[in-house]
Amino acid sequence: MTAALDLVALLGRTVLGLLRALGQVSLFAAEALSHLVRPPFFLRQFARHFVEIAYFSLPVVALTALFTGMVLALQSYVGFARFNAESAIASVVVLSVTRELGPVLAGLMVAGRIGAAMAAEIGTMRVTDQIDALTTLSTDPMKYLVAPRLLAGTLALPLLVLIADILGVMGGFLVGVLKLGFVPQTFLSNAWDILQPMDVISGLVKAAVFGFVIALMGCWCGYASRGGAQGVGQATTRAVVAASILILAFDYLLTAAFFS
Amino acid sequence: MSATPRIRLRGLRKAFGAKQVLDGVDLDVVAGHSTVVLGGSGSGKSVTIKCILGLLSPDEGLIEVDGQDVTRMSRAERAALLDRTGMLFQNGALFDSLPVWENVCFKLLAQKRVTRAQARDVAAEALAQVGLAATVGELSPAELSGGMQKRVALARAIAARPDIIFFDEPTTGLDPIMGAVIDGLIVDCVRRLGATALSITHDMASARRIGDTAAMIHKGRIVWSGPAETLGHTGNAMVDQFANGEREGPIQMELRR
Repeated sequence: MTAALDLVALLGRTVLGLLRALGQVSLFAAEALSHLVRPPFFLRQFARHFVEIAYFSLPVVALTALFTGMVLALQSYVGFARFNAESAIASVVVLSVTRELGPVLAGLMVAGRIGAAMAAEIGTMRVTDQIDALTTLSTDPMKYLVAPRLLAGTLALPLLVLIADILGVMGGFLVGVLKLGFVPQTFLSNAWDILQPMDVISGLVKAAVFGFVIALMGCWCGYASRGGAQGVGQATTRAVVAASILILAFDYLLTAAFFS
Repeated sequence: MSATPRIRLRGLRKAFGAKQVLDGVDLDVVAGHSTVVLGGSGSGKSVTIKCILGLLSPDEGLIEVDGQDVTRMSRAERAALLDRTGMLFQNGALFDSLPVWENVCFKLLAQKRVTRAQARDVAAEALAQVGLAATVGELSPAELSGGMQKRVALARAIAARPDIIFFDEPTTGLDPIMGAVIDGLIVDCVRRLGATALSITHDMASARRIGDTAAMIHKGRIVWSGPAETLGHTGNAMVDQFANGEREGPIQMELRR
């Protein structure tokens, strides 16, 4: 009986802890968003983070998209050949990349690269009094540190995903034409015929949401970190794990919203 | 010299969980004076300054700056107060992502009180006041020694010409000569600006050099205050033990064996 009560108590504590964290993150996000519409604006900070996310993440996102498109074409061929449905490969590649794999894989790559960096930088600023120093220098840390990162993440990821979409389809095209013997014009016309504007738009909307989530978790975990190097390390891990899980959860919710 | 306290603390209390860090701090900081608060590690010195600056919220008590209750200030009033204060953090707290000159002029740039071109000149002037060459402005904080970082942090604290300056352990981690240099710079800067200074330290030599008035905090309460020059022979057993670094006395360190 006692063991059962302990279990219920543990469950209750966990749920309450999750709800508390959800409330804290929501308030944090609301405050940061309010700074996006209230001057002064730190455009230099925004530009710095936009370049960091959009430009310096490009190689890893591009390679991921390219190889994913290539693998997708190859795997689809193996399966579809059994049913004489090889002509559907172009459609599968283009729809999978634009609707799902482009935004999700780019999101996960950026979460690992940028979410971790944001948490580490802000966490280090927290434990070395730099955030307190900002306050004493009449600068709101939310306005200077968090708001520009949220905006940069939200705007940069759709740009990355657009490039990932193109490269992913190109990967599938290369494998289809060079390895599987497709006629280039046929592959491209199959892909183009099936593609609808909403396929690309839904991917870009997902990317914007993922970019916001990555920046939010990076900033929040860093901002809430305590206790020196160990605290910063934990914040970095939490930021990447939380952003990755939220990307997958939001992917399902947005897919359901767009295509149900 | 005005006798009106620029900063007035009454019954200030702050606890972290079960630990009562401030337990009714009463303190007056006279305008134009340099006041030093002494105390051992964990006695509540830094928490006191953080409460005055609004970085921490006190559980109870009154904090007045120029007669205004800081704890009841609106966001705009608090911003106006912070505009005329400067703070030197114990570890400098320089922004590693910015070069030294942007660190020094951070407040002026953030408030658009100077252009970026003007800021370089203002930074060079502030760096000169703390004995650093203008070329240091182009370096990043990570390229500076501990003493230079402290001087840059001092330059940042005075660049916007504040009339209240807080110093958190200004000489911690510095060799005695560099400590004396920093103290000299602090005294010069505070006098030049005509500012009110509140410093916290456990470095007695530093306290004597920079303080007009001293107070001692122990177990979250001010247990003595008086002229800084009397430190070491105040007649208060606690202060004299602390000032002379004696092992035996009313202050007992909590050591586990």
